[in-house]
Amino acid sequence: MATTYEAIATVTVGSGGAANIEFTSIPGTYTDLLIKFSIRDLRNSAGPGYLHLKFNDNTSSYSSRHLFTGSDDGNPASQARTDDYASFAINTDYSTANTFGNGELYIPNYTSSNNKSVSIDAVSETNGSFDAAVRNLTAFLWSNSAAITKITLYGDNNFKQYSTATLYGIKNS
Amino acid sequence: MPATYEPIATTTLSSAAASVTFSSISGSYTDLVLICSPAQTTQGQGDLHFRFNSDTGSNYSFTRLTGTGSSALSSRGTNTSFINFENYGYPSDILGNSNQIVQIMNYSNTTTYKTALGRANSPETGLEASVGMWRNTAAITSITCFMNVGTLKSGSTFTLYGIKAA
Repeated sequence: MATTYEAIATVTVGSGGAANIEFTSIPGTYTDLLIKFSIRDLRNSAGPGYLHLKFNDNTSSYSSRHLFTGSDDGNPASQARTDDYASFAINTDYSTANTFGNGELYIPNYTSSNNKSVSIDAVSETNGSFDAAVRNLTAFLWSNSAAITKITLYGDNNFKQYSTATLYGIKNS
Repeated sequence: MPATYEPIATTTLSSAAASVTFSSISGSYTDLVLICSPAQTTQGQGDLHFRFNSDTGSNYSFTRLTGTGSSALSSRGTNTSFINFENYGYPSDILGNSNQIVQIMNYSNTTTYKTALGRANSPETGLEASVGMWRNTAAITSITCFMNVGTLKSGSTFTLYGIKAA
């Protein structure tokens, strides 16, 4: 039987860090895409780390709703956004050493001519204040009919060495 | 290498329909994953519900954690005749704007009740992380996804995958 769940590419940030993780020339031969990531950025001040998501270098037509823990009092909260913020759950250099925020993005029907909705689950943990220990669920939307051929993950700060992400393709037949 | 993640069936609606059913599900997998990209004909009209083995009895319950975009909420239903993984993350009337991902563990065992994890995403209205339960020890052999009010829009897609343990 043909393989239906395949690794397409893995990117690991080298020494010195990187501004982003990119997957380019994504083939249109799958039905859905899945990215699993483990990311820490170089911010060195209090607060959560922010992960942004961009398709095909497009800088507009993004929106999202977030459900998260990690506000200052530790209580769950929700937020609606009209930008490309995908998650508030990557670790920063202000959080416990050697911790990376982990998560996954699921993109159904990435080649369709409809808009693209994304399901995102991510966590970051630190042995410190609530605001950098985050569990974040996101409903993310790119209102664009183009097939996704390029995915860019980037932060408010550069990603730290050893940050990594793998792109998988899933076929429905 | 043996395949451990396999597509079982996929449906793309060619016209509006009230429901989609996956039937005669083989018991040869360990877990099931259902990827739904539903849209409804009229925005805000209805919710996407799930039933197993066509059981219409009051044998289901569910608990949901919701993000509305301004508040975090929880809600639940007990002794219902369906599982509803969404409250605010209901299907949009725009194709592609919503998705729901359902994971059903150990679906073919005949000893335990069946639980499922659900994620509902509608960036226009909200999202959920939910759990649903069917109080029945039978193996799941069919799954019905249906709108409680209104219809699913043409172009909605549903794909069922099976995952095998070693």
